Amino acid sequence: MTISRTEAAKPPANSLWAVTLATLVKDIRLEWRSKDALNSMLFFSLLVVVIFSFSFDPLAEESRHIVGGLIWVAFLFAAVVALNQTWARELRNQVLDAYRVSPAPANALFLAKALGNFIFVSVLEALMTPLFVIFYNLRVLGPAWQLIPVALLGTWALVVNGTFFAAMSVRTRSRELMLPLLLFPISIPAVLGMVAATTSILTGEDSAHFYIVLLLTYDVVFTTACLALFNMILHAE
Amino acid sequence: MKNLATTRSVITVRSVIKQFGRFAALRGVTAEFDAGRFHAILGENGAGKTTLLRALAGLAQPTRGEILIFGKSPREACRDIGYMAHPSLLYDEMSGMENLRYFAGLYGIGCSGLNLNKDLPCEEVIRAVGLDPELTRPVGQYSQGMRQRMSLARAILHDPQVLLLDEPFSNVDVHSARAMVELLKGMRDAGKTVFVITHQAQSLEGVADEFVWMQAGQIVDRTASLARVASPASGDLQ
Repeated sequence: MTISRTEAAKPPANSLWAVTLATLVKDIRLEWRSKDALNSMLFFSLLVVVIFSFSFDPLAEESRHIVGGLIWVAFLFAAVVALNQTWARELRNQVLDAYRVSPAPANALFLAKALGNFIFVSVLEALMTPLFVIFYNLRVLGPAWQLIPVALLGTWALVVNGTFFAAMSVRTRSRELMLPLLLFPISIPAVLGMVAATTSILTGEDSAHFYIVLLLTYDVVFTTACLALFNMILHAE
Repeated sequence: MKNLATTRSVITVRSVIKQFGRFAALRGVTAEFDAGRFHAILGENGAGKTTLLRALAGLAQPTRGEILIFGKSPREACRDIGYMAHPSLLYDEMSGMENLRYFAGLYGIGCSGLNLNKDLPCEEVIRAVGLDPELTRPVGQYSQGMRQRMSLARAILHDPQVLLLDEPFSNVDVHSARAMVELLKGMRDAGKTVFVITHQAQSLEGVADEFVWMQAGQIVDRTASLARVASPASGDLQ
């Protein structure tokens, strides 16, 4: 094969959003074929729901006070399973090196991974929330629509930091231990916000407005920080 | 616009040291490599061949010294570099075409993304390495030789001016290895600069323009013919 293209004929580097979309589609395709992350997350969450419901057997009134904590702890631990898988598939056959030698923007890879994890964890939440409602006999007394921004902002808070710290710990020997060690302490403000907001909405006792703003601020700050630092993480040896 | 291949020296390596902890994988490598030539890099295991190639690809940052490709750092010149490593750098769960489509997208080439009508560049390179673009099997089910050829297809997909290939012929049958050598020869003739690390130097005799012998993290000999390369064990290296 003879290739005679000159520098002038080289196509321009692909845009951030084009590479993000291509990487996101690729990740969803790989997950659809293997179902590694989704299956692990689903079984883990299902176990948490069933075991907790047998352990506590709460009344409906008590449920409204504790289920905010239970549901988010279950999703947090389940998300870690998906987050550990995120970069593991990039290490097989050293595929990450193919990305590192390309002109594609580093942040496109980060955004695609974070969006992919957001979709996987959101699917998990959509499937598990009805089970929580049934097992804990839940009825929302506050404005139920506010659960949607809490779920979206809370999930993004978990996955954006999780994706970043999973990338940081991917080359360490005990990465499955490192990720929770790095992620959980930094997620405490977000988890507190999610739990408090969910409890407020379920009980209808307080306004969740403050916690929603807290989650939004947390997301903006940490998304910006992760995007600013990810290039360094990707090219670290 | 001037073709890059007309530039004389494409790669400059100045006093490059690469340390991993206290171990120095490269010990003051200094060399210039000309455009449009085929360089075979030879040496025993642990001589620093792969580290040198990774440094040229921008994957390993030199501890000291400087590497320039077309006068730029390897990372700035990444569009002109094609890199093939010992592992395949391919997703096992996707077919060859799906892999190439994705990597084409990273370089902004037409066969990227979701548009299935723009597969021509991917098909062209898959055929060039002797594989069938219609093959729907995932790469994980390919033989080792097929995987090596698909890996080469990924490396040349964006039409790089400099090709860095780490043991491209390992586990490849004689016929396929010969076909790969012919492909690389054609690329050299078209003005590309080709670097190949190999333990099968004989397969490049009469093809490679230069044999670069490395030992203990240094380039110890550069000759035009394989016969003139002294064995490091003989102790007569200059």
